[in-house]
Amino acid sequence: MSSPGLPTPAGQGAPPPATGGPARSARSSALRRTLPGSLAWHLGSLAILAVILYPVVWVIGGSFKRSEDIVGSLDLLPSDPITSNYTRLTEGIADVPISTFFTNSLLLAVGSVAGILLSCSLTAYAFAKIRFAGRNLLFTLMIGTLLLPYHVLLIPQYVLFRNMGMINTYTPLLLGKYLATEAFFVFLMVQFMRNLPKELDEAARLDGCGHFRIYWSIVLPLSRPALITSAIFTFINSWNDFMGPLIYLNEPEKYTVSLGLKMFVDQEAVADYGGMIAMSLVALLPVLAFFLAFQRYLIDGMATSGLKG
Amino acid sequence: MGSAVTHAPAREGLAEDSVPRRGPAHSARPSASARRGRRENLAGYLFMSPWIAGFLLLTAGPMAASLYFAFTDYNLFDAPRWIGLDNFSEMFADPRWRHSVRITLWYVVIGTPVKLLAALGVALLLAQKRRGQAFYRAAFYAPSLIGASVSVAIVWKAIFSDDAIVDRTQQLFGIGAGGWTGDPDLIIYSLVALTVWQFGAPMVIFLAGLKQVPRELYEAADVDGAGKLRQFWNITLPMISPVLFFNVLLETIHSFQIFSSAYIVGGGAGGNACGPADGTMVYTCYLYVQGFENSRMGLASAMAWMLLVAVALVTAVLFWSQKRWVHYEEGGR
Repeated sequence: MSSPGLPTPAGQGAPPPATGGPARSARSSALRRTLPGSLAWHLGSLAILAVILYPVVWVIGGSFKRSEDIVGSLDLLPSDPITSNYTRLTEGIADVPISTFFTNSLLLAVGSVAGILLSCSLTAYAFAKIRFAGRNLLFTLMIGTLLLPYHVLLIPQYVLFRNMGMINTYTPLLLGKYLATEAFFVFLMVQFMRNLPKELDEAARLDGCGHFRIYWSIVLPLSRPALITSAIFTFINSWNDFMGPLIYLNEPEKYTVSLGLKMFVDQEAVADYGGMIAMSLVALLPVLAFFLAFQRYLIDGMATSGLKG
Repeated sequence: MGSAVTHAPAREGLAEDSVPRRGPAHSARPSASARRGRRENLAGYLFMSPWIAGFLLLTAGPMAASLYFAFTDYNLFDAPRWIGLDNFSEMFADPRWRHSVRITLWYVVIGTPVKLLAALGVALLLAQKRRGQAFYRAAFYAPSLIGASVSVAIVWKAIFSDDAIVDRTQQLFGIGAGGWTGDPDLIIYSLVALTVWQFGAPMVIFLAGLKQVPRELYEAADVDGAGKLRQFWNITLPMISPVLFFNVLLETIHSFQIFSSAYIVGGGAGGNACGPADGTMVYTCYLYVQGFENSRMGLASAMAWMLLVAVALVTAVLFWSQKRWVHYEEGGR
């Protein structure tokens, strides 16, 4: 595994160490792992990390500062930390306790995950494992919806749900999840199911299994990595969603965390940066927890989406 | 609902099932294979039924309705009234619409290449297998997950506001400008910075592509004495061009649709959506304002269709151009 490092373009991170001659032996690629190269690589990576983490550290520090100390100071960390930014969150926002927003967001996120897992896996199974007339046409349509700007559907869907009397309910935010409209996850699962060994479902067919049995007992359990990836992405997307709740919900008691945050920001006449930042951080906690727990699934899922595309 | 699908094929039919594609000559009973085909069709459409319902009810139907609304005057309360092309002529004559087009294009043209260059550069760095690679990869990816949230947009607004940390840093160099969020010309760059901050998602895709480049190519190039830059240009870039194409396509389409961050970073306490002097009035923000604040559903639908046309054009140009620069391997798709 003496793989030479990939070439680095000029000015980007670790420069390759000076080389002696044109004919490079295996020894020189081992040499490349010597101290200077390694050091440069880590310095480069750390520098990027610093840029990325800068806002994060500033925010965490800021959440323990008085609002007037947040703006107008370069300090990342508070000189005398306070916790009032957090404790005042227990007062709620506009008389609605914070826990309400979290419960609503959680309900929507879990409902979305269930819908996506069920509907997208059924659709993906049909695309990956059943030869039916019109499959290629439907697959092309499905990929087409992947590129369709959501905003084209925004107004007519709103009109539709309004005519059905579903404004200020969660139906508009959930229905699509149960009807496999998230083409990305269908695509992800199709790619995964196509690569499952064919012998398994052929053997099952020989034993007299119908498609539903094969789907439920063979393909679904084997597709667990793709399902987990889809579930986590769905949860996070639902948690982060702002435009959907903004349009469909109009009662603070039904607001999600995103909307509650926006309401919190809007109701402050003078920017209460401390409270805003503390609330923002609390709102991010579930997403960060998911990330820490499942980052491998997320990154691998993301990576495969770009290949074979 | 599954029961219709589960009923197993009759025992006699099993031999057919195991050799699905042999042609009619081999098949003793062509009617059996026809029956099997029908069963497959039935199963296929049963499995697909949620998607088909969703496609008709939530995609195709709404698109048709939206196309109709685009030619009407519609305020949600009265029935849509046909006005022909009036929405479009009003749109093109509207300086605010033209402004939103301009800053959206600017945002796409600046933000997407910078983000992708950052993603590619860091991916090249991380592609070297060294200790800590997995950690850095995860850490760089994290912003992509939270970047779309209201939380980050609020934090961003704070970071770039007057006398806050970015402005303070600028002041150290004597170029303090009163913060970016208060300046109608600068605020859009805080959004560009926000999208570049999320370079991790395309980076992960680049990394996966880089992993698939055969080592032997570099070893052969080393033997031939090709420099690192030549190797990057002649090996790496062509080999990852499909991944590059995918990233360019997705990132460009996404950039056109920026909404939440523009709405929140630009949104003031006074309730003016999308920035001082419309500084972050990107296309979808204006669409939202026209549709949901001014109840001009017809006009907003016309705007949405213009966006669709723009995105379709960009997609078509990219697909057309890929013949020239995207290198697919033999046997690839």
